Amino acid sequence: MNYYLKRTAQIPLTIFAVATLTFGLIRLLPGGPFTQLRLELLQQGVPAEQVDARIEALQNIRPDAPLWQQYLDYMVGVAQLDLGQSISLNEPVIDVLARSLPWTVFLVVTSTILMFVVGVVIGSLQAYWEGSRFDRLTSGGSIFLMSVPYYIFAVIFLFILAFQLQLFPTGNAVDRGVDASLSLAYFSSVLHHAALPILAFTISGIGSTALNMRGNGIQVLGKEYVEVARLRGLSNNRIATRYVARNAILPMYTGLLLLIGFRLGGTVVLEEIFSYPGLGYYMIQAVNANDYPLMMGCFLVITVTLVVGVYIADLTYGLIDPRISAGDSDEY
Amino acid sequence: MSTEPDSAAEGIDWRSEASNAEMSRRDRLSELYEQKIRVPAVVAWSDDRTRLGLLIISVYLFMALVDIFGLWRDSSPNQADRFLRPFENMQYPLGTTNSGRDLLALIIDSTPFILLMVLAGGVWATTLAVAVGTLSGYKGGTVDTVITAISDFFMAIPGLPLVIVLAIALSPENPILLGVVLTINYWAGLGRSIRSQVLSIREASYVEASRTMGTSTPRIIIKDVLPNIMPYVMVNFVLAARYTIFAAVGLYFIGVLPYSGQNWGVTLSNAYYQGSLFSMQALHWLLVPIIAIVGLAFGLILLSQGMDRIFNPRVRTRLTGESESVTEDTDTSTTEMI
Repeated sequence: MNYYLKRTAQIPLTIFAVATLTFGLIRLLPGGPFTQLRLELLQQGVPAEQVDARIEALQNIRPDAPLWQQYLDYMVGVAQLDLGQSISLNEPVIDVLARSLPWTVFLVVTSTILMFVVGVVIGSLQAYWEGSRFDRLTSGGSIFLMSVPYYIFAVIFLFILAFQLQLFPTGNAVDRGVDASLSLAYFSSVLHHAALPILAFTISGIGSTALNMRGNGIQVLGKEYVEVARLRGLSNNRIATRYVARNAILPMYTGLLLLIGFRLGGTVVLEEIFSYPGLGYYMIQAVNANDYPLMMGCFLVITVTLVVGVYIADLTYGLIDPRISAGDSDEY
Repeated sequence: MSTEPDSAAEGIDWRSEASNAEMSRRDRLSELYEQKIRVPAVVAWSDDRTRLGLLIISVYLFMALVDIFGLWRDSSPNQADRFLRPFENMQYPLGTTNSGRDLLALIIDSTPFILLMVLAGGVWATTLAVAVGTLSGYKGGTVDTVITAISDFFMAIPGLPLVIVLAIALSPENPILLGVVLTINYWAGLGRSIRSQVLSIREASYVEASRTMGTSTPRIIIKDVLPNIMPYVMVNFVLAARYTIFAAVGLYFIGVLPYSGQNWGVTLSNAYYQGSLFSMQALHWLLVPIIAIVGLAFGLILLSQGMDRIFNPRVRTRLTGESESVTEDTDTSTTEMI
């Protein structure tokens, strides 16, 4: 229980730290977003007071106030979910984020689960049939998949399946004119649009998952307890699921934290290629339009999503492995 | 083979050698060469993957040399007919773009840049990760708590969005700076997995022996701990390098990194957005940079797989034909995934 309490208490702390970092990036970096915006406006001949007023309206920052005051204002704003006003879309940043967050989460969660399941199945088959032809072929395939970045798959799929064969749409998350409802039309439209991004994102991760699983599986299969389980006459199914699979998957679970981070960050490129209206897509749009409030809002929310995602993964890890410990060690 | 298959035994090498006073310096050097260079090299070379990997990487090094010594023409617009297909005109073996640039020249032009960036990213990420991971894993206690908290924080920030924000502020056009920026928080995750390896090493009896003898912490870390995690670090260096090139090309592709002159990512982006998406005529323009990127990553991964074979004692014993398999509880590389 102690572990869960500790883990839960970490969340607001991390979010606080990330918001501070966001503020630092906005305000302190030489040539940071708002310095540039200010310069731009001044160059356009806007009077200095108006520039400050405008920046204050865009993001809860008064450029003339002392730094600590600006920091407090910003943090209070974040706590109230006020992330400023988007310049290019002309609506509150938080509205844009609320609209796009579900799409990003949908992409990442679906593709990560698919990747994990397919990779684990292939990897364990390889481990069972180590040295077989299947093993050699899939190992080669896995190495190849690891060397192709997901956006290359995205570009190739888009080129062949969407532009040349026109089997899939080339942008957006749903068809225009299909309203969000619990209807079949809506769901099929969503799946139709998400199919290619999810496929590209899944395929590129399968290789490393399968190779990892293969390595772990071979290691576990050589353990004495598996031998003992065989001698006890347990059924093959039981050995495969309870003894081998469980112990082989566990070490991969710790990598999940990094994995979610990489994949969430990766949506920036993926969504931009597919014009899929998630957080990453809006972030790039904001960068291209010099829309700094929206850009920093996207950055903050992507980070918070990662923090929460890792938290959930950690909680389920506790369910799978009861040995979870706080990990404090003696000092030498 | 006479070498100890158990990696734990390598940790005490320096001690047994040091205590052996009759051994001349020359003998020791030749033994060191035998153990650390020749044997691993032979094992590595016996693996097809290493051979192929090295071959691929040397092709890229060759391309970099060609560019440095100016052995191939620089790319410029209208140097040839537009949209030449590959191998259509052997003067421009890989074909040309919509503005008549020689594609091979485009690829060769940016090879030194890409290699330098990849090297910088890999070195930065792994060095920092090793420093942080060994220190926090070995010292434990408060040092560990503080370092873990800091790296937890950095792990909580997704890499690419952070790089995008930093790129706006820093405009990294220098390949070394770019490599560092791209892997700005890569060290955190890698450092974490190195830490967990060090945690098990520090309980090993030979480390305990060193501690009892009063050996200083830096010396224990350098002599006892580092040699044991080196294999893991080498493999992860390659993976960090792969991450750097993927991230760089991805960000160039969507146009958020500043650039002067074209590189693989920019070429890919131009090919994609300037029409080769709609016509088969310009397909090669899209494929050439893709092959350049995938080829480099493929070479790196083959190399890391081959290196795994030298370093992983389990695989090495099998290779040398010993029946006893050494079970070692290594954390499988968690940073292998993107």
